[in-house]
Amino acid sequence: MSFLHDYVYYIGAFGLVAVGLLILLVKRNLIKLIIGLSILDTGVNMLLISVGYITGGTAPIFSRPGLSEGGMVDPVPQALVLTAIVIGVAILALALGLAVRFYKNCGTLDLRTAKELKW
Amino acid sequence: MRLAVGLILLAVIGVGIAVSLGGIPFGAPKTVIGDHYVDSARDDTGATNVVTSVVVGYRAFDTLGEVTVLFVAALGLGAVLAAAGGGGGRSGVEPASLILRVGNAFLFPLILLFGAYIFSHGHLTPGGGFQGGAIIASAFLLVYLSSPGKRISATRARATESLSGLVFVVVGLLGLTLGAHNFLANFLPKGVPNTLFSAGIIPVVYCAIGLKVGSELAGVVDGLMEETG
Repeated sequence: MSFLHDYVYYIGAFGLVAVGLLILLVKRNLIKLIIGLSILDTGVNMLLISVGYITGGTAPIFSRPGLSEGGMVDPVPQALVLTAIVIGVAILALALGLAVRFYKNCGTLDLRTAKELKW
Repeated sequence: MRLAVGLILLAVIGVGIAVSLGGIPFGAPKTVIGDHYVDSARDDTGATNVVTSVVVGYRAFDTLGEVTVLFVAALGLGAVLAAAGGGGGRSGVEPASLILRVGNAFLFPLILLFGAYIFSHGHLTPGGGFQGGAIIASAFLLVYLSSPGKRISATRARATESLSGLVFVVVGLLGLTLGAHNFLANFLPKGVPNTLFSAGIIPVVYCAIGLKVGSELAGVVDGLMEETG
């Protein structure tokens, strides 16, 4: 149980990564692929944040006077994830735009039935 | 068959990640640079939010690149959708319910105000330009959902976006000439920590980022709404 207690955030984050990856490998609907991409993105972000966690640490913000430098979590992964979330949104928007375009051209979102992709 | 191959591949990747994560104990301090930032960020940048001082203080140049990535993605979305030949308005959409319309009229200014609060207090509280921009864009999304005929002015959105992007770059160039002669160096007084007008250029840059991200994401919502409506 101690193992599970110690690593629950790693396991949860990796679970999200695995779910997203499996969707990307198995599904053939474009919208589902984009959902899988988004879940994968969330999992990676959670993994980064949980790597940066320090036991008992507070958020790295000196919002009130009593906070000391010792008990704060690592701010670098949080800054990284802030970047990663924004890039994730950009990817999501662009992927959805491409899906709209794909639907207009092929009349379907299913990659198996879109014959135009083959050459 | 596809599922089996996928699961096998996933198992391989899983073992690889588990082995590499095994050497990283959860909850232990790991990086030296993180401690350095936490110890000296208040003196170096004047911001009490250490994440903000990393994002807009120590690594402001990276943030300029990040804003550029978002800009290019919004531009690419517009190009992809425009090449698809436009949706020809959103005529077939049903009018929204009374609750949504009245609620939007009440909530829209409050959401804008909240977004502005989030990005102007980025150096003091959790939040910042990107979060505040996303909140502002959500206000515009609510407008699109509640009144199908309405559109944001594309010219105004583009003007806001360009001007705020320009402010970011100009602040950086001013740091090159006035401050410590580095790009995006702080040239304003740091002020008293935990007050609104502190931390030098960080609030200025974060307000610019907030407006830029807000107008960009509102443009993204606009582009996708126009297509699907």
